Amino acid sequence: MAEMKTAAYICSGCGLGDKLDIAQLGKIAQKEGKMALVREHDFLCNTEGVQMIRDDIEKEGVTHICIAACSRRAKTEAFHFPAVAMTRANLREGVIWVVAEGSEHDEVRQEMADDYVRMGCAELKKVKLPEGNPNRTQLKSIMVVGGGMSGLTAAFEAAESGYQVILVEKQAQLGGWANKLWKRVPYKAPYAEPQDTGVAKLAAKVSSHPLIKVHLNSTIAETSGAPGRFAVKIAQESGAVTEAAVGAIVQATGFTNYDIAKLPELGGGQANVVDQAGLEALAQAANGGALKRADGKEIKSVVFLQCAGQRDDTAKHLPYCSGHCCATSIKQAMYFKDANPEVNAVVVYQDLRVPGMGEDFYRSAQHKGVIFAKGKASGVEPTGNGCKVNYRDMILDADATLEADLVVLATGQVPSAGVNLDIWDTVVREADGGSEAAKQQKSELQKISVLNLNYRQGPDMPQFKYGFADSHFICFPYETRRTGIYAAGPVRRPMDMLQATEDATGAALKAIQAVENASLGRAAHPRSGDLSYPIVRLEGCTQCKRCTVECPFGAIDEDERRFPVFNEQRCRRCGTCMGACPVRVISFENYSVDTVGNQIKAVEIPDEFSEKPRVLILACENDAYPALDMAGLSRIVYSAFVRIIPVRCLGSVNTIWITDALNSGYDGVMMMGCKKGDDYQCHFVKGSELANYRMSKIGDTLTQMGLEPERVSSFEVAITDNARVAGFINEFVAQLVKMGPSPMKGFG
Amino acid sequence: MNDLNQQAAAHYGKNFLKEVEDRVEDGEWVKMCMQCGVCAGSCPLGPHWEHSPQKIFRMIMAGKRDEVLSSDSMWMCTSCYNCIVRCPRKLPITHIMHGLAHYAHKLNIAPKGQPTREVARLFWNSLVQTGRVNELKFSLAVYFKDGFVRGIKNALAMQGIGLKLMKAKRLNPMEILGGHKCKDAGGIKKMLAKAKEIEDRRQGFSS
Repeated sequence: MAEMKTAAYICSGCGLGDKLDIAQLGKIAQKEGKMALVREHDFLCNTEGVQMIRDDIEKEGVTHICIAACSRRAKTEAFHFPAVAMTRANLREGVIWVVAEGSEHDEVRQEMADDYVRMGCAELKKVKLPEGNPNRTQLKSIMVVGGGMSGLTAAFEAAESGYQVILVEKQAQLGGWANKLWKRVPYKAPYAEPQDTGVAKLAAKVSSHPLIKVHLNSTIAETSGAPGRFAVKIAQESGAVTEAAVGAIVQATGFTNYDIAKLPELGGGQANVVDQAGLEALAQAANGGALKRADGKEIKSVVFLQCAGQRDDTAKHLPYCSGHCCATSIKQAMYFKDANPEVNAVVVYQDLRVPGMGEDFYRSAQHKGVIFAKGKASGVEPTGNGCKVNYRDMILDADATLEADLVVLATGQVPSAGVNLDIWDTVVREADGGSEAAKQQKSELQKISVLNLNYRQGPDMPQFKYGFADSHFICFPYETRRTGIYAAGPVRRPMDMLQATEDATGAALKAIQAVENASLGRAAHPRSGDLSYPIVRLEGCTQCKRCTVECPFGAIDEDERRFPVFNEQRCRRCGTCMGACPVRVISFENYSVDTVGNQIKAVEIPDEFSEKPRVLILACENDAYPALDMAGLSRIVYSAFVRIIPVRCLGSVNTIWITDALNSGYDGVMMMGCKKGDDYQCHFVKGSELANYRMSKIGDTLTQMGLEPERVSSFEVAITDNARVAGFINEFVAQLVKMGPSPMKGFG
Repeated sequence: MNDLNQQAAAHYGKNFLKEVEDRVEDGEWVKMCMQCGVCAGSCPLGPHWEHSPQKIFRMIMAGKRDEVLSSDSMWMCTSCYNCIVRCPRKLPITHIMHGLAHYAHKLNIAPKGQPTREVARLFWNSLVQTGRVNELKFSLAVYFKDGFVRGIKNALAMQGIGLKLMKAKRLNPMEILGGHKCKDAGGIKKMLAKAKEIEDRRQGFSS
C-alpha cells in the first residue's frame, strides 16, 4: 500500500441523525480529521451503504476508512473490509445511548460525538493494514505427550482429523492408568453398571493408525521453538535420541495416586488396607469372580473411605477434591456386589459427589445393596483378621465402628505436571550464584521435567493451583501460558475418564487451531486470527529486559547480546510488551503507542472555566468495553465527560498514555480491566495484574506533576458489569468535579 | 422380649436392613435413601420426632434394630404426605413409617401407652367386632383409656359437643347398647382373618 487515502463515513441511522448534528461531524472529519473523503449515509450498514464504501475502495483507491456509526463490536459482518485499514468511532453505544435524554444535554452529547470522530480519524492515520506474521510454516503435525486415555484420545482425534501425530509414552505400552482398571465408571445410558475401559481397543487403533507414530519407552529430552516450528528431541530408554519437528503439543501426562503411606492414621501401610488402584489390581486378579485379599482370603466385607488424604484443611494432605473417587468407589463396591450380593460393602463418605450422570450410577449401587454412611473416618486399626474402622456417623452424630476384611482408601490425583517453575527460578538463581547443591537440584528437576522446554521461563509450563498444569480455568480450559502447548486430562485438573476424553478432544482441536493459525501467520487464542504481530525497532532498544520478563506467554527470548528475540508464533498479541517498554520501540501495525496516543491528543479539552472535565477511560476490549457497550444497549446513562479508548489488554497500557493525557489537560484517567489475582479473569492471564502493578508506581509521577494521585484509578470490570460500570464512571467524575479542574489545563 | 420379636431378631442377626426389606411394608425402599434430609425438613411435626425419617433410615442401615422398633418416632406421622411429595428419591416415606409402626406393634415392642398406638388399637378393636366403628363406644373408650378419673374429666370436657351432636342427630345415645352392624359381620371377620394370614405368610410369620 504505497499511498494512503483516507475516508470517513458518518452514519445517521439508528437515531444518530436525530440526536446529533451529522453535518458538523462531517466538517470535523474533513477539517480536523483531514479525511480525503467524507460521506454521510442514513443507513450505512445496509447493502447500499456498504456498497458505497466498497465502491470507494475500488474506484477511489481508499486505503484507510473511519466508520463513525456504532460500536466496533456491532455490525462486524457488514463492515468487513479486509483490504483496508479501519477504525470505528462509536457514536451509538458510546454516545447517543448513554448520554441523558433532553435538549439540555445536546451540547455535551454533540461534543462527545465530535471527539469520537476526531479520535477515529486521528487513530486512522497511525494504523496500517496488518499483513500477518511473515514467519510461517506449513508444519502441522501434533505431538502428544502421554499415552494414557487422554493422550490416546487426543492422538486419535487429531489423526482422524487428518493431522500427523507423534505420540510419546514413557512406559513400554500404551494405556496408562486405564490399563490397570478392571472396569470403568459407565459413560453410556443407563449408567447403571461398570463398563469395559475400551483402552486396549483404543490403543490398538492408535498403534495401527497410518498418521500416528508411537514412541514407547520415551521421554522428551528437549523442546524448543514455537507453534508451527517446535523442535523436539525424543529420548528413548536405550539412550537413542530421535529428533522431530511438530506444530503443536498436547501434554496429557496424567497423574499419580496420592501415596497411602502418607496416611498411616487411616491404615496406610497395613496389610488389609489398599488404595483404589490396589483394589483394581485385586479385581483384575479375580477376573469377575469373588475378590480375594493378597493373603488369599475371600473378602466378605469391605469398607471404602472417601476423601482419604483429600479435602484436607490441616495442610498435611491434598486440599482439593479429585472429583472421580466417589464414582470410582461406587464402581468398586459393585465389583463385590456383582460377584457376590452377600458381601457387605459400605462407603463412608462426607459428601457424595458424582458429577455427570453419576447420580444414576449411585442409585444403581443402592439398588444392589451397597450401604452409604455419611461420616468421617478417624482411624483404621488392624484386628486379628481384618480391620476396624472408627468413624463419626454424621447423620446420627455418634461415634461408630465397622469391621471389615478389607479397607479401600479413596486417595486423590496428584498431577504429573513436571517442574514447578517457582522452585525452578530459585534453584537456577542459586545455581548461577555458584551453589553446588542448587546445581545438583537443578539437574534433578530437569529429570522430572516433562517437556524440557528451552524457554527462558523454565522447562515446563507454569503450574496453576496445587501443582496442576496451567489452564485458563474460567474461560478457556485448554489454554496454557505456553502458546501451542495444550494441557489435557488430569494433569490440568482432577477428573474422571469421561471428562479426560472430552478434555483430550478439546485440546486436540486447540492444537489443530494453533497449527492452522501459525501456517497463516495469525495469532492463536484469544485473538485467534489476528494478523498483527509485534514489531520491534531494535536500534532503540536499551536491553532492559522488561518485555522478556513481563510477557505472560514466554514469547520473547534474548539473544547473546541480550536483545529481545520475538517468537511471534508464541505471541498472543496482548501488547503487554508494548505497555512495558520504557522506550516504546514495540508496536503492532494496527495498535501502537501512537494509535492510542493520537486519539488521546485528538480530544478537545475545554478550558478550566467551562466546568466540563474530561476523563480518559482505557477499557479492556475483552470485558470492560463490551460491558460499556452493554450499558448503552440497556440505555444506562453515564457522564458525557468521558472519552473511552478500547485497549487489547490493560497490560498493553503504556504509562506514557497516562502522563500524556494528564499533561494535555485531562482531569482524570480510569483504567478498566479484568479481575486479577488467583482467580483472575484476564484473557492474557497477567495483563491486568501487571497494569495494576505499574499504576501503583505512577503515584509519585503524579505528585511530581502537582496532581492528586486519585486522578488515576483502576477498576475491575467483568463483562456482566454493565450497570456497575456506569456507577464507577459517575462516581469518579463526581469525585473529580469535587477535586476541581486539573492544574495542567492550558499548558498541553 | 417376646417370642415373635426374639425369633425375628435371631433370624436376621445384625442385618436389620434385610429384616425391614422383607417384613415392613415398602421396606425395600429404605436402602434408596440418600440422606438429603428433605423429609426431616418437610415434616410439620418434625420437632416432635425423636428421630426424623432420615435418621430412622440411617439407623436401619446401621442395624440399630431395638432403637428403631421401640421408638415412638414413626407413630408421630400424621400422613400429611409432604415427605413423599418432596423426596427426590421418591421413597414412599409415609407408608414406610406406617409399615415400621405396624411391624413394631406386631412384634409388641412398640412403646406402651403411645397415644397413636392406643387410639389405633381401640379403633381397630371396635371395627373388627361389627364391621363398623361404633363412634359412641370408640369415643368413650378413648376418653377412658387413661383411667376412670381421667375418663370422667374428658367426658365432661366434651359434654357440650356431645349434646350438640345429639341435637343435630349426629350421635345416637342408643348405640351404647350395641349399635348397628354391617350386614355380614361374620364375612368381614373371615376376610380380615384371610388378610392377616396372607400378611403373616409374606412376612415370614406363618411357619
